[in-house]
Amino acid sequence: MHTQQNAAGGRRDDYRLSPRETRITRRSDRHVEHLLRRAGCGARPDELDFYGDMSIAEAVDTLVDFDQINTDVDSLIGQPGYAGITAGGAFSPRTVIGDARQRWLFRLVHTDRPLQEKMTLFWHHHFATGYNKLANALGTTEGARYLTAKPSEDPGGVRGQLEMLRGNALGNFRDILTAIAKDPAMLYWLDGVTNTKARPQENFGREIMELFTVGVGHYTEPDVYAAARVFSGWNVQRIGSGDAAHLEFIYNAAQHETTAKTFSFPIYADGTPTIPSRAAAGGMQDGLDLINALAGNPNTARYLATKLYRFFVSEFGAPDPAFVNSIASVYLQSGYDMKAVMRELLNSRQFWDPGNAFARYSWPVEFLVRALKDVGWTGFSVSSALTPLANMGQTLYEPPDVSGWRLGKAWFSTSAMLARMNFAAQLATNQKFNIAARAKAAAAGQSPDTLLAFFQRELVTAPLDSGVVAELSTYLRATGAWTGSDAQLQAKGSGLVHLLSGSAEYQLV
Amino acid sequence: MKVTRRQFVTFTGGGVAAFTMTYAAPEFISQLALAQGAHVRNLVILYLSGGNDSLSMLIPYNDPFYYSRRPTLAVPAGQVLQVGTDASRVALGLHPRLTGLKQIFDQGRLALIQRTGYPNQSRSHFEGVDIWSTANPANAAGLGWVGRYLDALPSPVDALVGWNTTASMPHVLQSAQTPVPAIASPSGYAFSSPNSGAEATAERTSAVRIASHVPVDRPELAFVYGSTQGALATLDRVATVATYDGSLTGTANYPANNGFAQALKAVAGAMVRGIGTRVFYVTTGGFDTHSAQNVVQTNGAYYGLMGTINDGLLAFYNDLRNQGLLDDTLVLSFSEFGRRISENGSSGTDHGSASVMMAMGGRVNGGLYGTAPNLNTDPKNPTLENAAGDVAFETDFRSVYARVADNWLGTDSVGLLGANFRKSSLAFV
Repeated sequence: MHTQQNAAGGRRDDYRLSPRETRITRRSDRHVEHLLRRAGCGARPDELDFYGDMSIAEAVDTLVDFDQINTDVDSLIGQPGYAGITAGGAFSPRTVIGDARQRWLFRLVHTDRPLQEKMTLFWHHHFATGYNKLANALGTTEGARYLTAKPSEDPGGVRGQLEMLRGNALGNFRDILTAIAKDPAMLYWLDGVTNTKARPQENFGREIMELFTVGVGHYTEPDVYAAARVFSGWNVQRIGSGDAAHLEFIYNAAQHETTAKTFSFPIYADGTPTIPSRAAAGGMQDGLDLINALAGNPNTARYLATKLYRFFVSEFGAPDPAFVNSIASVYLQSGYDMKAVMRELLNSRQFWDPGNAFARYSWPVEFLVRALKDVGWTGFSVSSALTPLANMGQTLYEPPDVSGWRLGKAWFSTSAMLARMNFAAQLATNQKFNIAARAKAAAAGQSPDTLLAFFQRELVTAPLDSGVVAELSTYLRATGAWTGSDAQLQAKGSGLVHLLSGSAEYQLV
Repeated sequence: MKVTRRQFVTFTGGGVAAFTMTYAAPEFISQLALAQGAHVRNLVILYLSGGNDSLSMLIPYNDPFYYSRRPTLAVPAGQVLQVGTDASRVALGLHPRLTGLKQIFDQGRLALIQRTGYPNQSRSHFEGVDIWSTANPANAAGLGWVGRYLDALPSPVDALVGWNTTASMPHVLQSAQTPVPAIASPSGYAFSSPNSGAEATAERTSAVRIASHVPVDRPELAFVYGSTQGALATLDRVATVATYDGSLTGTANYPANNGFAQALKAVAGAMVRGIGTRVFYVTTGGFDTHSAQNVVQTNGAYYGLMGTINDGLLAFYNDLRNQGLLDDTLVLSFSEFGRRISENGSSGTDHGSASVMMAMGGRVNGGLYGTAPNLNTDPKNPTLENAAGDVAFETDFRSVYARVADNWLGTDSVGLLGANFRKSSLAFV
């Protein structure tokens, strides 16, 4: 493969790939599958066809420039041919968190903008905000609303935090940071609403440095106290009436602490580390200055580049510092443009290095959505995925804390792995007839080994050792002579799909 | 290729002290030991997640600064559950909701170790948890201290030697070669299949056989194999715990709506059923009380937190006592930090420093250890730090771990912790 031919080069240009000359066949197209495992959550058959006709550069551009694709995935909800949703009453993702979870899963399966959804998931982890605390403070309806509402469906035009992040999925990081600092859900989640002049509240001031930008080791405790004062007065107000009544960001000058704030890192371009004392009326500029400084801090660039590397390229081994620096440079030189960053990353030699294939531990949501895309969704309601996801350790809109989920190996406790295996069994049960019909249509039922070869192509895993393949073959022969009957294809097909999608190898992406 | 995953490894040159044979023993040996009346030593690690405001848990109720610095949060002196005075003659009282812990304290089976922490204590939740988990402030990215202990057990180590009652792997249990099964709910810990009868059996057989082909040349993948193996190897024994009902023992009452208590019920069940587990991990969260901490109000946030731990630990204590297992069990609590002394503008408390650790069990020498902070705002106050904003640590938390390692786990704390943290006055076990 040409990715290997490029491997020896050290010049900057060598980090990019040349266009892929040929399209290989469906389901053996390793490039498209790798790209969509990372830039999406696996590939539906129609996605394999669509991206399979493109060169790599075209495919990356299509994924990154997703705003060119106009399909409204939400309009497909409830339509025949797609995964189902199940609501207690009227489906209301704006006000019912369980419905919002279903909507997001539906989008992840059926979107034609996979990178937008994938980045939204990334930002949800990065700016991890949990529903429960909001619901305790505001009630369940409002708690869901400030996370999930779309302006077009909300009487007050509320754009929930995750809709803001979806809209900015590949936006400018400084804009995202500014929007997060003003976001009502975040203002409750990290207690900004109680940050006052007399009693600065440190929670947001700490986490914006520790978790959202520069990272541990690049700020001091006095910086935390200063940041708390910087954001004093950033609050919410209730406006509108009736159904349109809602919370909105307000800068409350009366609660802003106006003395100068000095940091251990530069705030201004000339290296000045001090935000000057300002009149309360103009004190909101303090926060904008700090956000600007944090967005442009080289430690932020490296922190984000490292996090993106681990999410998109590899979790195995330490990231190549030169590569992290190259991504960080693109971030800084582009003025924090995430589109430029992701285009660079997805075209990089590291991304396409065969050694980095299957070098990530899938998040539960990635695993589950990919399994639906591979095994099938007809007759499956995403509502029945919510409890399994919780058992696997990932509930959307409910990260365990502000640092998000524990990634990598931490996803694979025994009970979480068992939950993945059991979801594989649940899906195989649900799709039993479809699985058998698919095998039959492909004439894969002639022998145990043709069936095995067929499903190994349909459910692509990290390479299976020959001993594992032999066990699967043994399993197919275990309970009686091979007839290839419909009943046998249902039993063995579903059992095989269970074993493959529940395998350790399938968990790597 | 069938691979033996476990090999005997000594840890950091510290050597492996003599273990009683039951530590790593397969189930049948431990049952034999039980039948012979031999005692085992179970360790239950309790993590209070979020940074426990220990000044609201163990209250210096005669300190005027406690009241002046916490105008909305202080518990009135008349409401605390008095537990006497410590070595510095500070009168202390438990939070009023801790009536069960007060009973256990009065029975001499609860030790409260004051002002535990470490130099330059991190105020970050995540770094803090890592430090408490690894017992290594200098490099908190390594294995957990309990994980290292498990790694040093002589092989073969039983797949159920540890039991994590949460769904995810806590850092304290992270090990190089001794994966601890995460069993949040014993009843949900079962193998599913799209088929039934012989087909389902064949599938499970195949899953077990596949899991034995550990790809040792691919360590990241092998880790997932370890989880699969761990699950499949423990399903049947865990199923015996799913039926354990603490109410069989009369006075034990694990509240159904208290997840922490339910986790402890599973722990007790594992002990009662004698499935061989020796190290357990339980946690309860909500301690990150930046706002509306409501220490005193009976429906308040911190009051509720105290209710959760009180009711869970009391039920567990009573259950173990009734089962004759109290002497075999040590519960050790930690939290990543205490909280700021002065309350903030949100009727809450921000991240602070030293805190209180608890040790509970039948062989615990109960009482007050260490000395309480004096809350005087004088910046020179030696019991405080950060311009008298935070409680300064007096006892390094690693000294507490060292006591547990040496006197309970029967291992060498110097080897386990990488240095000598022994402190003879900490004779709580």
